[in-house]
Amino acid sequence: MKKILLMGNPNVGKSAIFSRLTGARIIVSNYPGTTVEFTQGQMKIGEERPLVIDVPGTYTLEPTSKAEEVAVRMLKEGDLVINIVNATNLERNLYLTLELLEKDVPLVIALNMWDETKHQGINIDIEKLEKELGVPVIPTCGLTGEGIKELITRFKEVKNLKTKPSSDSDKWERIGEIVERVQKLTHHHHTFLQRLEELSIKPLSGLPIAAGVIYVSFWAIRLIGEGLITYILEPLFDKAWTPLMLKFGALLGEETFLHDVLIGKLIDGSIDFKMSFGVLTTGIFVPIAMVLPYIISFYLILGILEDFGYLPRLAVLVDNFMHHIGLHGFAIVPMMLGLGCNVPGALALRLLEGRREKFIAATLMAISIPCMAQIAMIVGLVGQRGGQYLGIIFGTLFILLIVKGLIMNKVIKGASPEMLIEIPPYRLPQFRAVIKKLFMRVSGFLKEAVPYVLLGVFFVNILYALNIIQYFSGLFAPVLTGLWGLPKEAISALIIGFLRKDVAIGMLGPLNLTTKQLIIGCTVLAIYFPCIATFVMLVKELGIKDMLKAAVIMMFVALIVGTLLNIIL
Amino acid sequence: MVVDLTQMKPDETGIIKELCGGCDFTKRVQGIGVRPGKRIRKVSSHFWRGPQTVEVDNMRVAIGWGMAKKIFIEVERE
Repeated sequence: MKKILLMGNPNVGKSAIFSRLTGARIIVSNYPGTTVEFTQGQMKIGEERPLVIDVPGTYTLEPTSKAEEVAVRMLKEGDLVINIVNATNLERNLYLTLELLEKDVPLVIALNMWDETKHQGINIDIEKLEKELGVPVIPTCGLTGEGIKELITRFKEVKNLKTKPSSDSDKWERIGEIVERVQKLTHHHHTFLQRLEELSIKPLSGLPIAAGVIYVSFWAIRLIGEGLITYILEPLFDKAWTPLMLKFGALLGEETFLHDVLIGKLIDGSIDFKMSFGVLTTGIFVPIAMVLPYIISFYLILGILEDFGYLPRLAVLVDNFMHHIGLHGFAIVPMMLGLGCNVPGALALRLLEGRREKFIAATLMAISIPCMAQIAMIVGLVGQRGGQYLGIIFGTLFILLIVKGLIMNKVIKGASPEMLIEIPPYRLPQFRAVIKKLFMRVSGFLKEAVPYVLLGVFFVNILYALNIIQYFSGLFAPVLTGLWGLPKEAISALIIGFLRKDVAIGMLGPLNLTTKQLIIGCTVLAIYFPCIATFVMLVKELGIKDMLKAAVIMMFVALIVGTLLNIIL
Repeated sequence: MVVDLTQMKPDETGIIKELCGGCDFTKRVQGIGVRPGKRIRKVSSHFWRGPQTVEVDNMRVAIGWGMAKKIFIEVERE
């Protein structure tokens, strides 16, 4: 046995079972389509170490979407398929099971979400179901790990039945018979969560609830983020890191090249973490004390919303609005992920169906959805001058989102596809699961972003030392000064912005800009081009041709918006 | 009487009669669990030709307006 595939309908808990089997850490959420790319990991059964693959969810084996295409292709390579079946919705899930039974591959069934059947008054006779299907069926609960051991011990009983292919209607008839024989439903009362489900999906109650959820989420993100900065990280840097760095700086000797690169310039004889721009001062302070707190608070709140199952409901509520900007409601998911970091946002574009929709969503996200690192820096820099200025920046980006969406929807041929999604039940988020997911995402940020930030700050110093920035600032002065009203030195931020947007915004700090210039600088930096990591991901998702088109749009928009702001403000 | 899904009233229940559309459409809609013979309850319908949410078996599904127009349901009305 070399390859084990986990297959099943969307949102039945394949990823939860995957991480139970392999111990690997992957993102688990409560909405269909969390896994868009197959994930693999190794497990241990005695001496064997088979590869386990978490295949994106599918309703059928006829490829109607990208996720399903992946699933069908993977199936040919599997030595064993674990078909994860949602026990609370046996009938619909069995269609894929019957399709899998027709294929030339051994099968075992994990009847997942077993714990939920009890609450919902569903009673399934496992022995009978095994007899009907002819393969082992094991009740499991991926979140708690119940039944996983038994699942593994019964791998040796798996069978490759390869039943005769039958038609669609024959399959549904057969499923009807099976369900009739093995499942009994008893009446149950609607729980509080179920009543809440209903309320949040009806427009009259759902829209106010959505507004409330969004408001509370942002309020909580800000409260936690600011709290971490004011009470923990800033004091820590001021009291512990500054004296240490001052000593180290004295050791290096002021005015030396190494001092400039590592410690940066001293402001009034001391280190100013926002102005000094040394690798060990600003380079560490920006990611750890300015960005990290907001990354933690954002992903904590997002994780809770994801696991609760709120996002698909938000998708339904905004579907109408999204159609006007060329998308459908589910595009809200990549957008929300993009608020954390545009890279996972770009990856989640696979949830969307057509090339047109992907292109529109990618361009809108790259221009109008600043990532949390960028938002944190803008808040840190512009927030001191007054909250209304933050309003201008984010308001401009939001208006852009709508205007650009409306235009692209009109200009690009075709219509946005219609929505067809399953809305999962609400589930109370489990503390451990939320914390685990938060830990994964935060350590991802630390591993992938921090080195780039350090590199960015290092580059800034090198570029200045080699007079490269001075050369470019002369070259681009007509645009920067003429159109946007920025000092020509601001070109350094635009150059570093290709690498990391947070560092780029940080670079506006030492330029002593007026508030108006700061607003224009931040807005232009958000719009003009995605950072390198997002760019690479977008090329992968869109293809180089579409990405170049999108890039032209971005630069064009940056040019216009910067000029307009310069005239209006 | 038979109505299409968009004409159902919130909280009304009925039996799905027919899916009138191409092969791709019927496969997708059936795959997600909405198929002839099933009891269906309309949960809500969103403004300005927004998606229709329904309950079939134990689960809820959101269906775009255009698709919902192609799903016909037998309801009991006076």
